[in-house]
Amino acid sequence: MKHRLGQSAKYLFLWLFVIISLIPFLSMISTSFSQAMYELPYPPKILPDSVNFSNYVKVIEEDNFLRYFVNSVFLATVVTACVLLISSMSAYGFARFDFPFKKLIFNLYLFTMMVPGVLNLIAQYSVISGMHLVNTYTGILLLMVGGGIAGNTFFLRGFFENIPHELEESVIIDGGGRWCVFWHIILPLSKPSLGTLGIMVFSGIWSDFFTVLTFIKDSDKWTLPVALQLLRGEHATEWGTVMAASVLLFIPELIMFIIVQKNLVQSAGGEGAVKG
Amino acid sequence: MDKNSIEKTSFRKGARQLIAVAPFILIGFVFVCIFVIYPQIKNVWMSLTEYNIMQPSNSVFVGIQNYAKAFVGDEKDKFWIAFRNVILYGVFTIPPGMLIGLILAVLINGVKKFNTFFRAILYLPVLIDWIVVSIIFLYLFSDGKAGLVNYYLMKLNILQQPIAWFSSTWTANAVIWIFGIWKSIGWVMIIYLAGLQGISKDIYEAAEIDGATKTQKFLKITIPLIRPTTYFVLINLIIGSFNVFFAVYMLTSGGPIGTTDVLQNYMYNQAFKYMNFGYACAISVITGLSILLLTIFRDKFFKYERN
Repeated sequence: MKHRLGQSAKYLFLWLFVIISLIPFLSMISTSFSQAMYELPYPPKILPDSVNFSNYVKVIEEDNFLRYFVNSVFLATVVTACVLLISSMSAYGFARFDFPFKKLIFNLYLFTMMVPGVLNLIAQYSVISGMHLVNTYTGILLLMVGGGIAGNTFFLRGFFENIPHELEESVIIDGGGRWCVFWHIILPLSKPSLGTLGIMVFSGIWSDFFTVLTFIKDSDKWTLPVALQLLRGEHATEWGTVMAASVLLFIPELIMFIIVQKNLVQSAGGEGAVKG
Repeated sequence: MDKNSIEKTSFRKGARQLIAVAPFILIGFVFVCIFVIYPQIKNVWMSLTEYNIMQPSNSVFVGIQNYAKAFVGDEKDKFWIAFRNVILYGVFTIPPGMLIGLILAVLINGVKKFNTFFRAILYLPVLIDWIVVSIIFLYLFSDGKAGLVNYYLMKLNILQQPIAWFSSTWTANAVIWIFGIWKSIGWVMIIYLAGLQGISKDIYEAAEIDGATKTQKFLKITIPLIRPTTYFVLINLIIGSFNVFFAVYMLTSGGPIGTTDVLQNYMYNQAFKYMNFGYACAISVITGLSILLLTIFRDKFFKYERN
């Protein structure tokens, strides 16, 4: 009896925290569904009393959010593809080759990861400005890809090292080269980890704010977060519009979160592929 | 073989190995060098100059003047306020964040149903990006009686008048801190959960046989056994305080009159608002060094975390 009481108290407490965590999100969604207006609703809403999409229509039609959405998807997709390809190649190099200065280069990569990216922004600005690439996608793509390589190489190397050598040897015996091993053994076996990392890179670029804010001046090249910040400045009191735009930024993140949740549980393949 | 020819063959071997691995690592290496390592070095050099972004060759070398300016010179008041706010952010967000995160982890570990559900929902605030949650917080803490927080505080008779949260230093800082706690709890919880799952059930069973109460088990078994996790969480959150930027940039942008500025926000504005690139680089070197030292310290003590 006493035990059961303890359990109920625990659930009660946890539910309380769930509610505290969710109130901000709920109030965002409710406000986004409210009628367009120029001041805060009174009393403030936590649960929506009606569902009204006018704010969403306004954000997409008048504030050009479809454009920003496409820009965000484009940047995040290109960066993710490049980072995954280059990092997995590098990781394979570090996992399976012996070469001079291997340790030094790898430690250099680790060292760069210790200084947060934001602190390099000024010097990176001067580098990109020296290449005359400020205000271009080429400039930020180069920066974002460059910034993603060290960390992902590090993580992927760990996964690759756990793939049994026997699989590669069979390819080598059949006359395949290193590239063959990389494309046909390593990459297919690391699909779960590549997928998880890919989503993490994607959501990192998706929510990037300062790189785009600092390097891109033309409004038609902005991404969702930067556009959202500007929209907030323009429509300071039109919370319905601002919240609708926030929801548009937030939904893809929620979807990615749900996918990663699942993927993180799955273990990386490899063990099952070799019979003992 | 004489020594010379051994050196020659090992040199050849090395060269052959490099040629073999080059197609795999060269592109990545070039990217990291140009866009990460070179800027990091350049950052230090820029901090020693009066940097001219339009004509970099016209930059004047000024030695440690930029650093002196921050610590004891014209900008010292603003710099120390930003530094103070970083410390205060740590002092006011880390203990509550850790305590609540630990409690939640222990509770989730102790319940049988909805385990994954609680974990996922409580982790949500960590994952959602800063800009969305900042906007939500700006909304929750809006001025006037229609602001959600003001409304409920007045309803509960805690407040008589609505507060203009962002108009004075300490209420604005308080909102930044609440924001920081709310965003960090989920992460603390996940790390503690991993730590708790590493404790063997046998120890608790043995204690039960000896007649230990729940509180005793918690204080005498759980707390000591998760001490390494506690240090790990603590040092990561300290590093996190030196990284606080977005919350301040979005919620107050340092206002009123720079009194809620933190180091990174101050640095960013010095560079991209006032075009003091050299000075801003000095601030970034100071912040970066602090973080680097803390990180090295952490990694030395927590080698297992990397494996």
